[in-house]
Amino acid sequence: MKKTTLLIAGALAAFLSAPLAALAAEGGATPPRQSWSFSGPFGTFDRAQLQRGFKVYKEVCASCHSLSMVSFRNLSQPGGPQFSRGQVEALAATYQITDGPNDSGEMFQRPGRPADKFPKAFPNENAARAANGGAYPPDFSVLAKARTYSRGFPWFILDAFTQYQEHGPDYITALLNGYVEPPPGVTLAPGQHYNLYMPGNAIAMAKPLSDGQVEYPKGPDGRAPVPETVAQYAKDVSAFMMWAAEPHMEARKQMGFKVIIFLIVFAGLLYFTKKKIWGRIGGDPVSAA
Amino acid sequence: MESHSTYVPKSGFAKWFESRLPIAGLVHSSFIAFPVPRNLNYFWTFGAILMFMLVAQIVTGIVLVMHYTPEATKAFASVEHIMRDVNYGWLLRYLHANGASMFFIAVYIHIARGLYYGSYKAPREVLWILGVIIFLLMMATAFMGYVLPWGQMSFWGATVITNLFGAFPIIGEPIVTWLWGGYAVDNPTLNRFFSLHYLLPFMIAGVVILHVWALHHVGQNNPTGVEVKSVKKDTIPFTPYATVKDAFAVVCFFIFFAWFVFYIPNYLGHADNYIEANPAVTPAHIVPEWYFLPFYAILRAIPSKLGGVIAMFGSIAILAFLPWLDTSRVRSSTYRPLYKQFFWVFIVCVIGLGYLGGAPAEGGYVIAARILTAYYFAHFLIVLPLLGLFETPKPLPNSIAESVLENGHGGPALAAGATAAPDRKS
Repeated sequence: MKKTTLLIAGALAAFLSAPLAALAAEGGATPPRQSWSFSGPFGTFDRAQLQRGFKVYKEVCASCHSLSMVSFRNLSQPGGPQFSRGQVEALAATYQITDGPNDSGEMFQRPGRPADKFPKAFPNENAARAANGGAYPPDFSVLAKARTYSRGFPWFILDAFTQYQEHGPDYITALLNGYVEPPPGVTLAPGQHYNLYMPGNAIAMAKPLSDGQVEYPKGPDGRAPVPETVAQYAKDVSAFMMWAAEPHMEARKQMGFKVIIFLIVFAGLLYFTKKKIWGRIGGDPVSAA
Repeated sequence: MESHSTYVPKSGFAKWFESRLPIAGLVHSSFIAFPVPRNLNYFWTFGAILMFMLVAQIVTGIVLVMHYTPEATKAFASVEHIMRDVNYGWLLRYLHANGASMFFIAVYIHIARGLYYGSYKAPREVLWILGVIIFLLMMATAFMGYVLPWGQMSFWGATVITNLFGAFPIIGEPIVTWLWGGYAVDNPTLNRFFSLHYLLPFMIAGVVILHVWALHHVGQNNPTGVEVKSVKKDTIPFTPYATVKDAFAVVCFFIFFAWFVFYIPNYLGHADNYIEANPAVTPAHIVPEWYFLPFYAILRAIPSKLGGVIAMFGSIAILAFLPWLDTSRVRSSTYRPLYKQFFWVFIVCVIGLGYLGGAPAEGGYVIAARILTAYYFAHFLIVLPLLGLFETPKPLPNSIAESVLENGHGGPALAAGATAAPDRKS
């Protein structure tokens, strides 16, 4: 009798998993897994990496991509790149912020303050599209959470146990490294570029990074501690984008550990209380069975 | 909920108050003296878990509303404001968003327990139907709640689901316009969904009170499905026995909940909902939240739009007729060898539909969805009515106490003083 159930369940499972390969094929190639300092239950951002990532953003990406939900002050807050207050004040002052209206009713420009948000790269979406051949460069504020790739069965179930949540940064890193010559026979529309990891393989953004493009802070020996390569820039800016999308991630994971330890201890105490109380009537017939 | 409470007010004030509003007696008879079958397993703790989830959703929701802006151009940014600038706003939002999923996980286990142990059978039909109403209200609430962050999936999910009502001939289009408050999903739609999302949880709370009232009137079912014959031998008082067991189960459930909130808060969500709603860009796959996927699969399995809508609502409405579709007089699957197998096949069928609801509606997926949809309805309309006629149930124990003794856990008889008589005829 039990065998019949198993057989039916097995047949259903086989039947359902057959068309899975088709689903995986429609996106881009599967991005390779990176190792991130912020993955797992005790993950924290690498301050130096976030600071480098911000430098890549500021010098390369920021000309088209806004960061409109992040404030300058966030850069000095715990759990982020943790620039000093002085650095953030100096940085903010290099931006011109539209404020107003003043007493005579005019809008005016003033240097930025830490409380200001990053000004947008373009005044509006149409201006952005006009400047980018019709494509709209997405805002970076939550982009690392807005991008993902299909993991497929059974990986998407296992991810809940292994806490793999870095689909976004993995995808972005892969995308930035994914510019290759189109394979023979593939013709792209004007203004499109071939990318291995972009769904459909055609992306409007030209290859944004090249080796040596961004100068990293030098160590005591006069050399940058990490290579100034596309692969490294891509990882650093992806990590920065993950922080920008989830600025309280460190606090979240740290609180989670405390909460779960508390709940486990509490559950243990309740379990023994329950056992003692139920002992009065000879135990719980279910949990004892 | 009982008239003959065993509650005895002690202080002078309690006596004065009880003679004017017997609320302490009501609480006492409902949550302290209420007799509970002594053989309940942990699947019976999900009622308490659901109570906690409802309260948790209302509390986190009310605080979120203090920071949220229900306006189409500001809603998305206000959610990010909560995530970034509100103290512990990220915690509130992740608790609320994942809380909805936890609510559905708990309710699906609760419903499956009812199906497995035949909890819908006489005299619990009204109790069961109230449960189906709560389930429908929950679905409406969750759907509207998912629209509020005004991301791409919010917007397109709302567009797809509200468009369904357009399938009805003649009245369809006016209904859709009325739901939208305009000619497309826009700010008026967001505003009314926000208003209703705030209202419906309190309606759920109201129906939950009726659900608990009905439960306390007919008494709980139990894993044997045998009615309580002797309150003294078969039951134990709710407090402390069920209270402490429920508390343990609730805390265990919260560990599971915390895992999602703190470590994988976006696992059950959709990445596209972190893109602000844009009526000009349709996402590649419009997928509802996971808890709607089986019903979404049924919707898409039917080739005609109106047929799909009817099948989808029918797949939930049919649950309300379950007490009369199941012809077996035995409640519990433990004593129904055939039904037990069909139960598990049905569960696999629903999980399969859930998987197909998340897959694109093309090729083999559609054929699979059609087969499983047919089976879903066949389970209720063919299997259950016929099983009652052809199945030979195993012999039932004479009483709950006897089944407990059979398992070798007799224990001393209860002090009956603490146990109130339930309001039933036996």
